[in-house]
Amino acid sequence: MTTITAACAVFAIAVLLIILSYIAVRGLSSISLQFLIDTPKPVGEGGGIGNAILGSVMMTLLACVIGLPIGIGAGVYLAEFGENLFGKTVRFLADTLIGVPSIIIGIFIYTLIVLPMGRQSGLAGGLALAIIMIPIVARTTEEMIRLVPNSMREGALALGAPQWRVTWNIVLPAASTGIATGAMLAIARISGETAPLLFTALNSRFYNYFYDQPMASLTVQIFNYATGPFDVEHKMAWAATLILITLILAINILVRFLTRKRF
Amino acid sequence: MAQTGTTGDKVFRTVLFITAAIIVVIMAAMIFMMVWNSLPTIKTFGLNFLIGREWKPAESVFGALPFIYGTIVSSVIALIISVPLSLGIAIFLVEQAPKKIATPIAFMVELLAAIPSVVYGLWGIFVLAPFVRDYLGVFLEKYLGWLPLFQGRLTGIGMLTGGIILALMITPIITAVVRDILEVVPTQQREAALALGATKWETTQIVLGNAASGIAGAVILGLGRALGETMAVTMVIGNSPQISASLFEPAYTIASVLAANFAEATDELYLSALIEIGLVLFLVTFVVNAFAKLLVSRVGKRMHA
Repeated sequence: MTTITAACAVFAIAVLLIILSYIAVRGLSSISLQFLIDTPKPVGEGGGIGNAILGSVMMTLLACVIGLPIGIGAGVYLAEFGENLFGKTVRFLADTLIGVPSIIIGIFIYTLIVLPMGRQSGLAGGLALAIIMIPIVARTTEEMIRLVPNSMREGALALGAPQWRVTWNIVLPAASTGIATGAMLAIARISGETAPLLFTALNSRFYNYFYDQPMASLTVQIFNYATGPFDVEHKMAWAATLILITLILAINILVRFLTRKRF
Repeated sequence: MAQTGTTGDKVFRTVLFITAAIIVVIMAAMIFMMVWNSLPTIKTFGLNFLIGREWKPAESVFGALPFIYGTIVSSVIALIISVPLSLGIAIFLVEQAPKKIATPIAFMVELLAAIPSVVYGLWGIFVLAPFVRDYLGVFLEKYLGWLPLFQGRLTGIGMLTGGIILALMITPIITAVVRDILEVVPTQQREAALALGATKWETTQIVLGNAASGIAGAVILGLGRALGETMAVTMVIGNSPQISASLFEPAYTIASVLAANFAEATDELYLSALIEIGLVLFLVTFVVNAFAKLLVSRVGKRMHA
């Protein structure tokens, strides 16, 4: 039986390595500095993903600015005051929200932001990513804060510190590495999201510095290149994927390193 | 500092309460907006929307059955492949492998979950689909071709490839949950079985039996993910609204019809139809996930009690 179960494990690892090596080989053969700076051009004239990288960064940034404070705040609330009906409801809804397919979040933002505004925008894309981020950050923050020993809280309270000081100056710093790793995993997750951006941020062929306009993103660009009819486009899809996957793997490995040192 | 205590506490707690309440508001707003925006088709078609087999946006005929069928069948294929695979990996990692090997393997399996859907899709189009067309499909046609499942034209793009991609994507998720569940099964159970003369494999079977409802929860959680997976499936399933017995034929899932058509839906009824199938997907994944959570958490509680 051990042979069969070991074969299962080997198969999974083989799939991982096959996928990664395809990305590495095909991606490396078509990547260049110009590719990272240029905007998409008509087929045959080269072109690149510069504006897509900028768009992804801008929307991820917006998602962090909105999602991190709300997510961390909600997580602290759940850990410190969440043992009531409201806390249980929030916890249940956060778990449910994590399970909602990301394309549904895209539809929600479409009806909420895109329809009233009359056009797709980086704002809508960033908001969709923020909604994906909030419950993930909230639940990891809650878990990390629960790991802080009660004796630390009691020690601070016994010294006369008010509750908010205890949470702000004692508990949060103690849990900060854990919260940061949770946030980083959430960023890795949203930077790979495509479905919620398809009809919220749409796409753009130009560098766009404003949130009220349609915005390109690395993932949507990969999707468009991959499903395009031309071989040049497919090459660019692999190259763009190499950039994306390097970022995501780097975050995951860094998180692994940080958490191993601590726990 | 002591004087600022009570006011400070109130402000602090209120701010945190608001951030937590935002999650409730998001969920409520999401349900409201989706129901509100699908009212036009709910009023026009009623239940026929769910059982209609024709999907012709140009003629304002909307029947969602092909998408519901495609979603269910592709997810079932994914489960058939992924459940034994995930169970095998989890058993290997928890019950058999020494910790030194298990830790890096577990990490690598987790990395499979970190790969974005669109990347699976890209790989699916250019590596998996040709493999299915040239090898796997040919093999299945040769030996199982008497089944209607494995007949028809073999392009590599279709239901089977979609199901396989989904299987790869949900395997790390099911594996992780099963691992957690096996790890909370008390060591005494294993020791007791071994002491009674059970072999290692018989012991594992006892452990699996005791964790059965949690494993079922893990599988259902994987199902929830498979039902809602969008990009990778959209890229390899062929996007054709038909109900065909053949797994080689192109199909459509709820998530992929949304991804492929939403941006182009301009008239009100078409948009409403798409939002209504989105609502169907939302409700189904909601129920599936809640049920899975219940099963998984019950095991945790029972083992600790």
